[in-house]
Amino acid sequence: MMEPANAGQTRTPGSSGAPLLRVEDLVVDYALAGKVVHAVSGVSLALERGETLGLVGESGCGKSTLARAILQLTTARSGRVVFDGVDLTGLGGAALRALRRRLQIIFQDPIASLNPRRRVADLMAEPLRIAGVADAAERARRIVEVLQAVGLDPELVLGRFAHEFSGGQCQRICIARALILEPELIVCDEPVSALDVSIRAQILNLLEAMKARYGLTLLFIAHDLAVVKAVSDRVAVMYLGKLCEVAPTERLFREPRHPYTALLLQAIPQPDPEAPILERVAVGEPPSPLAPPSGCRFRTRCPRVQPRCAEAEPDLKELAPKQFVACHFPLSAAAEQPAEAPPR
Amino acid sequence: MRTSKVAIAEGAVAPAEGWGTLANFGWLFWLALAWIGLIVLAAALADVLPLPSPTDMDMLERRAPPSAAHWLGTDRLGRDMLARLIHGARISLTVAILAPLIGLLVGGALGILAGYFRGPVETVVVGGVDVLLAFPPLVLALAITAYLGQTVAHLTYIIGILSIPAFTRVARAATLSLASREFILAARAMGATEARILLRELLPNVILPLMAFFLLAIAVTIVVEGALSFLGLGVPPPAPSWGGMIGEGRESLEAAPRIAFLPALFMFVTVLSFNVVGDTLRVLTDPRQAAL
Amino acid sequence: MTAAAPEAAPARPLLAIEGVSVTLATPRGPLTAVDDVSLELAAGRTLGIVGESGSGKTMLSRAVAQLLPRRAKLSGSVRFADQTLTALDPEALRRLRGRALAFVFQDPMTSLNPVLSIGSQIIETLREHLGLDRAAAARRAVELLGEVGIPSPEQRLAQYPHQFSGGMRQRVAIAIALSCEPKLLIADEPTTALDVTVQAQILDLLAREQRRRGMAMILITHDLGVVAGRTDEVAVMYAGSVVERAPTARLFKAMRMPYTQGLIAAIPKLDAPPHTPLKAISGLPPDPIRRRPGCAFAPRCPLVSARCRESRPPLEMRDGHQFACWHPLPANAAVAP
Repeated sequence: MMEPANAGQTRTPGSSGAPLLRVEDLVVDYALAGKVVHAVSGVSLALERGETLGLVGESGCGKSTLARAILQLTTARSGRVVFDGVDLTGLGGAALRALRRRLQIIFQDPIASLNPRRRVADLMAEPLRIAGVADAAERARRIVEVLQAVGLDPELVLGRFAHEFSGGQCQRICIARALILEPELIVCDEPVSALDVSIRAQILNLLEAMKARYGLTLLFIAHDLAVVKAVSDRVAVMYLGKLCEVAPTERLFREPRHPYTALLLQAIPQPDPEAPILERVAVGEPPSPLAPPSGCRFRTRCPRVQPRCAEAEPDLKELAPKQFVACHFPLSAAAEQPAEAPPR
Repeated sequence: MRTSKVAIAEGAVAPAEGWGTLANFGWLFWLALAWIGLIVLAAALADVLPLPSPTDMDMLERRAPPSAAHWLGTDRLGRDMLARLIHGARISLTVAILAPLIGLLVGGALGILAGYFRGPVETVVVGGVDVLLAFPPLVLALAITAYLGQTVAHLTYIIGILSIPAFTRVARAATLSLASREFILAARAMGATEARILLRELLPNVILPLMAFFLLAIAVTIVVEGALSFLGLGVPPPAPSWGGMIGEGRESLEAAPRIAFLPALFMFVTVLSFNVVGDTLRVLTDPRQAAL
Repeated sequence: MTAAAPEAAPARPLLAIEGVSVTLATPRGPLTAVDDVSLELAAGRTLGIVGESGSGKTMLSRAVAQLLPRRAKLSGSVRFADQTLTALDPEALRRLRGRALAFVFQDPMTSLNPVLSIGSQIIETLREHLGLDRAAAARRAVELLGEVGIPSPEQRLAQYPHQFSGGMRQRVAIAIALSCEPKLLIADEPTTALDVTVQAQILDLLAREQRRRGMAMILITHDLGVVAGRTDEVAVMYAGSVVERAPTARLFKAMRMPYTQGLIAAIPKLDAPPHTPLKAISGLPPDPIRRRPGCAFAPRCPLVSARCRESRPPLEMRDGHQFACWHPLPANAAVAP
């Protein structure tokens, strides 16, 4: 029988010292029609207990693959994922399954995340059954409690099927299902991208509330920087399988040091008719992960590109306290707009 | 979190879309279902019904037209047509249901395993099933009946085994489209074992298109059995079967065409009914899958 | 009832939608996708139509081009360039579409034919509508691809859609749409399927081409940020009707509808500090099949009163600003923080 160990406690970041999740040089690739897609090429991250790390990138950058690899739903080619001191990459079978209840994931498509042939009551009870909660009354009690926590009325919801609900309601059900075993870490893979604007705000507020109530640590993945800013303590920017920049949220948005971060910030459409539409400084589109450029992968679109960028891959260097940037010619500290490119 | 509760209390949750109102099924569906019900019931109760024996020959009443004693007349050996048709239904339907059942259980399981595990499992299953497809069915039927003897049981096995590849294909296709959906990933993320995922997550979804295909397979099997019996390779006489009766009726086509025509009619209506029911269910299950 | 154009153009409007309603038959009953919408657009101007899913914006755009699904019923009239589209025969409509009236759809992968080279798709349009011969059409196609920013257009003419990235495909779709110098371009969520950096480029492209050609444009989207800097007017749709319409700057700065205010407030702002709670609109969009009396937004509106639930507010016009509310926000109110 599962002990509800951490219900209601709020954990402070860094309280236990070691990070809750450590990703070490993870490499994930897969075969596609005879060629190799380099989805994730050596990513290292650490998540402190109680924090929300936002992971931002455009399509093809590998963020979803990274999320699945962290949860061992996809096999990594090399690298380690260490959760609370335990190396997940080496675990197999029963040991991994036992650990899974502490790490959960929420997907982008809420309706596809629910088995269309099972009622909500059954869907919610499944994680409890797998975890060995044998007493039906206990299961029912916990289901009702978590459904109410996410703002759903159990009576109206339990007897129905997934397709009877809207996207936002399904996402609430998915969140409830992820919470029912009281995990420590939840990976949110684009949880609001498929939802309407007015519902998006509801779900983001819900995630923040649940994080506080259950003392969660979140890895929040999205392509929308504004959404990421609203919920994250730190933000990591990913491009074509590699991290470009990792920094505390405010710092990243006020003083981006990587040209790609600056480009992303510029490109976001703002609901303000007087916001100037800046002239685009980068052109083109992300190259295919089948054949990433040599050296720095962003060099084909970077306004500050130099010959050196094609020769050597930049490493993540700490340019300011807790701000890591992987660039040979990062933007200078005080600039909000991209600074002058260095003379050739 | 009052907000959503209020919304849901106001009935913002869509009521069950379900299978639509009963009227959506169409009158043809209900007619077909009624016929299937009738013929299955009659076949099951064949021994209990007040019918003359299907094998009693009355040489004085050969090829007799319908009368009070023989509602549908007699065949060329004086045997009661109605009794033979109903007993024939029993045999035809038994083969028609049991043979595809073999295909469903074996082919379905193989297809699901191939589609879920991919890799070497898939290669072996698909390859093996293709080998089975390569056998010319009639030659196989001849060989087995010649070697093992011609009985209803052997006929069922032959047709059953020959139907495995089709079921494997359907099951594999359905599994492939479902296995990449997030709810399967979610189950794995919860710590479910592969066996649990297969049985509790995948199977309830794959069973729908499989059942629809099963009904269509019944229809096909009736015809296949009929063809084999017509050729003399199927149900051995004197046991009545629709195909055999059509074969026997060949000789009486000029004198009493009804002897061949009636079993053909029964076969036609029954096959059509299974087709209509199977197709309706297929159409109903497919959009649900697509929409979800 | 025709609504007057906000800034009354001296000439007749290029596009006039009058009292258009679209209903679809479903097993659960008739679904009202568009409910009595009237809009006008003058030549050379850009109208943004903003709405969430179920607001009817896509059905409205299809109704304009008479591209509705077969089971949809259309009532009302659509007048375009002095022709009443709803009364035209299919052949005349076909000549109009693609030529004077062009469309760009959301998903370029499905709006381009995957088995034809993009060259043949552009050339087909040019030859069909402008009657060019093959060589002239090919030259013009190369020019068009260059205009929409596709590098090495001569080589790419023979390539197939799957050989292009998403953004490039959308550029090709735009090139096809622009090939016959349309008077009106309807872009239905043209950038929703694209990355944010590519989105900006595509929107810039559309704006540039529109200015260059003096084309009218309708930009349909769910993203208020997209319309903010790039449209002359914005119409907000909810539950099948237009609930507010105003020149863009006025809509953002001095909106009258609580829904519009809620929508803008619900967007996470880039300049807000992290973990700022978002002002969400409570509840869910209404069921388009079981419509209740009264204002469609009433169950979710913070300003709701008994009157709102009983009767639907009419669409009023004040100073070129249209809205439908019993308790509109005061004029000149700024966005609530």
